[in-house]
Amino acid sequence: MKRKVLVVADLRADQVRNVSYEALGGAKTLSGGGEVAGLVLGHEISSVASSLGAYGADRVFVIDHPELAQYVPDAYVAAVEQAMKVFEPQVVLFAHSAIGRDVAPALAAKHKAGQVSDVIHVELVDEDVIFTRPIYAGKAFAKVKVAGDMIFATIRPNNLSMPEQANAVAEVVSISYEVPTKMRTKVREVLKKASSGVDLSEAKVIVSGGRGVKSAEGFKPIYGLAEVLDAAVGASRGACDAGYCDYSMQIGQTGKVVTPDLYIACGISGAIQHLAGMSNSKVIVAINKDPEAPVFKVADYGIVGDLFEVVPALTEEAKKILV
Amino acid sequence: MNIIVCIKQTFDTEAKITLENGVVKEDGVQFILNPYDEYAVEEALKIREEQGGEVTVVTIGPVRVEEAIRTALALGADEAIHIEEEAAFGDEYTIAEVLASAIKQKPFDLILAGNQAVDDGSGQVAVRLAQLLNIPHISTITKLEISGANVVAQRDAEGDIEIVEATLPVLVTAQQGLNEPRYPSLIGIRKASKKPITKLTLGDLLLSSDAISSKATILEVNLPAAKGAGRVLEGDTATRVAELVRELRQTSKVL
Repeated sequence: MKRKVLVVADLRADQVRNVSYEALGGAKTLSGGGEVAGLVLGHEISSVASSLGAYGADRVFVIDHPELAQYVPDAYVAAVEQAMKVFEPQVVLFAHSAIGRDVAPALAAKHKAGQVSDVIHVELVDEDVIFTRPIYAGKAFAKVKVAGDMIFATIRPNNLSMPEQANAVAEVVSISYEVPTKMRTKVREVLKKASSGVDLSEAKVIVSGGRGVKSAEGFKPIYGLAEVLDAAVGASRGACDAGYCDYSMQIGQTGKVVTPDLYIACGISGAIQHLAGMSNSKVIVAINKDPEAPVFKVADYGIVGDLFEVVPALTEEAKKILV
Repeated sequence: MNIIVCIKQTFDTEAKITLENGVVKEDGVQFILNPYDEYAVEEALKIREEQGGEVTVVTIGPVRVEEAIRTALALGADEAIHIEEEAAFGDEYTIAEVLASAIKQKPFDLILAGNQAVDDGSGQVAVRLAQLLNIPHISTITKLEISGANVVAQRDAEGDIEIVEATLPVLVTAQQGLNEPRYPSLIGIRKASKKPITKLTLGDLLLSSDAISSKATILEVNLPAAKGAGRVLEGDTATRVAELVRELRQTSKVL
């Protein structure tokens, strides 16, 4: 059975995020030889449409309108609906991101459809669409099958393999946007936060601090190492609760679940609720004064020592090969 | 102001997950009120304290979830609705349909929920619910101000903060940092046992179990592959960091 699969591209600063290309690879698998389309929403974003073709979209729909410049649920739900009317997909994939997490369930409810969130693997078994997703923040994994002729899913960054970029050129179809009669929520202002420039959920490398950093000031060496490694900065619940950093940096069962290639835990003891959020990282390095700290049980490499000595030394060493 | 808070009882975040016959084992696990729902309950109580009104908590689940209901009542919620019928324990589609039917029977101005539960973590139910009730939603909020019918919320959007406006009735989902949840007081715990818990059946909600059966089915649950013990590097700091960088680059190939 061939299926039509729509991938709603996730844009950050008007650029398509890698997770959307990864989703196109997943879409190809699920289509069973059917058609894969991409959808780009925003304002003055038509130029990014072609990149979706290079990563496997057969067709790319573009809805370019000033009302889509800023994410608002009503505006985006209506836009995806309009594209779905044109393409008539059986499967719609989003990024598991601020936007995807918000739009997908609204559409799934409208269509009385099933949705699987935070997907890390997709497969077609016989004719069935099967997704794998973490539960209990990655302490276990569930394989989920969705019934019905309309299936929604959100894809976690960094997990589906990135399709090879080809020289393919997709047909770009512009859809004129019918503005919903009423936008029930309005964004008055967006405050950009001056945290590390790299997004935690999509980062390949994460450097994290725990209670051991002792103060907000103590995060400085962590940021120093992150800068050299082009990494995002995370934190344990302990560090957030102590007020050393913002909750948006928290990694764990409450907070974000991350799966980077490299996770460096500095001054983090490794409570089970933190380990749930990071233990599926590919390579884990632990730096901690306490040799008995549970974090060493999940670490591939451990250094027992004071992070204020080890982290700056590590930063200097990394500079030698990276800068 | 009539405030409804959707709550879920979950495993304690410190709980270790084990499997028995392919399903997650509940025996010996400590259950808690989902931490994100604690923020939702706290916010509801704060609004009621400032503006008056009633706080009703709604939940779906087996008998054991009464403990989470009692926690919410001890914190200060006025009453509870509990749907205990097994046909209601479905996927996010099922749960949202059942919650919507239950909530439609009551007048409401504001609905609060955690932005996700720490067990399934799919974050779908609240957004679906807003859709089914045909009201706007604002997700992952870290601040909420209500004056008259005007709502202003700060929403955490991957680190950025969006300041969002809406008009009641509205549904919001709580993100960490929204507030500091209180602890139940002794007097609160004593009062909780006398507060009403309304038990509703699917019949009461005019729902047939066929119409709400799950769309998504779990085929199997697996635990992550056990990790072999790592290496603790030896020597002075300079030696150890040099070896670490070499290993990360040459063996693991992550630098």
